[in-house]
Amino acid sequence: MTDMTTQQRMKIKRHEMPNQDQVVRRGNYTEVALGYSEETAKAEAERCLQCKDPKCISGCPVGVMIPQFIKALREGDMVKAVEWMKVKNNLPAICGRVCPQEVQCEGNCILGKKGEAVAIGRLERFVGDYELAHRTCPLVKAADTGKKIAVVGSGPAGLTCAVDLAREGHKVTLYESLHGPGGVLVYGIPEFRLPKAVVHGEISYAVDCLCIDLKTDHVIGRSFTLDELLAENDAVFLGTGAGLPSFMRIPGINLNGVMSANEFLTRVNLMKAYQFPDYDTPVRIGKKVAVIGAGNVAMDAVRCSKRLLSLQTGQGEAPGEAHIVYRRSKDEVPARKEEVHHAEEEGVIFNFLTNPVEIIGNEKGAVTGLKCIKMQLGEPDKSGRRQPVPVEGSEFVMEVDTVIMALGTNPNPIVFVDAEGLDRTKHGTAVADTETGRTKKKRVWAGGDVVTGAATVISAMGAGKRAAADMNAFLKGERTWE
Amino acid sequence: MYRIMKKEVLSDVVKLMEIEAPHVARKAQAGQFVIVRIDEFGERIPLTIADFNREAGTITIIFQELGKSTIQLGKLNVGDTISSFAGPLGHPTEVKNYGTVVCMGGGVGVAPIYPIARALKEAGNTVISIIGARNKELLFWEEKMRAVSDELVVCTDDGSHGRKSLVTEPLKELLENRDKKVSHVWAIGPAVMMKFVTLTTKPYDVPTTVSLNTIMIDGTGMCGGCRVLLEDGAQFVCVDGPEFNGHKVNWDSLLSRLSFYKDEEKKAMEHYAHKCRLESAAAKGEK
Ligand SMILES: Cc1cc2nc3c(=O)[nH]c(=O)nc-3n(C[C@H](O)[C@H](O)[C@H](O)COP(=O)(O)OP(=O)(O)OC[C@H]3O[C@@H](n4cnc5c(N)ncnc54)[C@H](O)[C@@H]3O)c2cc1C
Ligand code: FES
Repeated sequence: MTDMTTQQRMKIKRHEMPNQDQVVRRGNYTEVALGYSEETAKAEAERCLQCKDPKCISGCPVGVMIPQFIKALREGDMVKAVEWMKVKNNLPAICGRVCPQEVQCEGNCILGKKGEAVAIGRLERFVGDYELAHRTCPLVKAADTGKKIAVVGSGPAGLTCAVDLAREGHKVTLYESLHGPGGVLVYGIPEFRLPKAVVHGEISYAVDCLCIDLKTDHVIGRSFTLDELLAENDAVFLGTGAGLPSFMRIPGINLNGVMSANEFLTRVNLMKAYQFPDYDTPVRIGKKVAVIGAGNVAMDAVRCSKRLLSLQTGQGEAPGEAHIVYRRSKDEVPARKEEVHHAEEEGVIFNFLTNPVEIIGNEKGAVTGLKCIKMQLGEPDKSGRRQPVPVEGSEFVMEVDTVIMALGTNPNPIVFVDAEGLDRTKHGTAVADTETGRTKKKRVWAGGDVVTGAATVISAMGAGKRAAADMNAFLKGERTWE
Repeated sequence: MYRIMKKEVLSDVVKLMEIEAPHVARKAQAGQFVIVRIDEFGERIPLTIADFNREAGTITIIFQELGKSTIQLGKLNVGDTISSFAGPLGHPTEVKNYGTVVCMGGGVGVAPIYPIARALKEAGNTVISIIGARNKELLFWEEKMRAVSDELVVCTDDGSHGRKSLVTEPLKELLENRDKKVSHVWAIGPAVMMKFVTLTTKPYDVPTTVSLNTIMIDGTGMCGGCRVLLEDGAQFVCVDGPEFNGHKVNWDSLLSRLSFYKDEEKKAMEHYAHKCRLESAAAKGEK
């Protein structure tokens, strides 16, 4: 089939992702998107026009060699497809599942101008899953350089940096404060979107192949300070993320039943509260949940709520309600399109142009309601975005048992303890060069959410990769610090 | 994996363990805490550091068997391991010479107050300690506390040992006694006890530090589940505390948040008891 004309290729319709039934899946935590079959993947790959000047690559924060891997895939050469993929991306099975492709590679795809873009993310996932199952492209460690590196934080930024440096032959120690590696990939993003077996498979493979010394339960800033790490290592990378939750400044935030999305998601995902009491950590949400915000974090929280509500509902009982409360309109929703679509299918109720003003509680200190005010879109501001303004006198109370705040996060604070010379911006993020990741402190690099604030998996990986390249050049004496 | 090096039964429901965790011991200071997770299924529970030995690389924890996790922990023995042990977390106690200080430990709170009393004593303070428990069986470390205190008052609720009173009574007397010139009070114990200690010291305007043990998950500032309402807004106990000015704490909010998962704790206990019964039945069957 690979000798089709452009016109023939353009006639092929984009292939739907097979999904778990939308009603069945409300009651389980297994993955929603089932993945392409080999046949579908090849057929989708046929849609790629192999542009001379591929725009998709420039839309990808790490520049994955997209036309190359797609070509190999449609020619049936999976080993080659994996090789092309791995030139730039070590974690395709993860990125294929969680990247916001519609604003990156697929957003740039020429086919998308008139019709639908090639499903690059789904193909990436297919190739990633193939590699997970077959391991055709082993990670090899170069000869020992005698250099020692400490990487702090095992999310996508730290992992990518650790892997790239270990491949170069440096001795890498990876510090993680939680009991397991993965960062947001394990504590934030739920099982039904990114199975933990995929994350653990990728991490343990890399750690084993490359002899990375993974130290969990190590809180840098407490167990060891940054200066102590510098004394024992030639270079340090900080990929500590942005997990510190913010709460709205409205009355009632300390009531029982008000949680940050991070608390809720950590209970559910990392601690597996959906399997309580087989797992010890509980989570209680009652019958009606309001999630404030409309980013990826909010979508994950509301979809987890929906599942918990179904799981706790007995036969014949009406399942509870899970709401999104967002002060802007649907057009401004920042979450990935697919997540919003899935949430709608699963029966999540969206309340747009609605802004919470107070959380109401009873005499026992438990949440009973969320007082909101209706909003309308006002004049466009300097950025051209129409700002929501309250509609006077439109307050109303939603009866709810649980309020989950998904309003953005700030950098994790502890790594900055006693880290003299490591400059921070007024938002609390580490100051680091975008190209090299160099901070203001000698021999310390940083990247990912700790530098950018909450962003994406792939941008964190990109930052880890760029920093690794610069660190490697520095360690080999090809570049100096000054 | 972290090995249990030593185990002592301090009372019916209070146990002591020394855990091998050099990465925690190297920096641990009085007032800080650790997060412990027993096994793959375990929850992350905060426990205050009761003592540490930098050379041996061990941390002493003392816990009261209150719920599923602490009961399960109490069943482990020397040589057994636990899955995770992270720390030292939180800010250490601000140790300096205040003059005369009162160190109060209620119930299992005697454990964390001990290293604080010792450090304050070493810093040159006159240390008056008041420890208390419901009854004699629940009291421990009386002699250890005596060794680091200039004066020690022991109370039990039922009078089975020491003075029959709540710990706040002798405290009040000390505050009334102008010669003593108490300049700072530390109180660690059940939230209700700490609440009443702060209510007692408030009229005398004596600064009172409490160590809060709210519900925690990560212990590193990532969830906000541990937050406490102070006069001037909410703070995270794990990163901003665990010690706070007790006069600023909103105790009603704290007590209500502590009780949020009561039903689930009960359910976890029942589930665990059931599992234990099945296991012991199976073990008997094998024999
Ligand atoms: C619920 C949720 C859903 C998301 N969904 C998507 C999505 O669909 N697509 C997408 O692209 N992005 C998504 N994101 C964003 C994305 O996950 C993050 O941008 C990305 O994980 C950042 O990677 P990182 O490596 O910088 O930090 P993190 O993943 O946050 O990892 C940081 C790690 O450092 C550890 N750490 C912190 N402090 C210390 C310390 N002092 N010592 C030792 N270790 C420390 C932390 O425990 C953590 O494991 C989502 C985020 C959340 C919270
Ligand atoms: S325990 Fe999670 S923020 Fe304190």
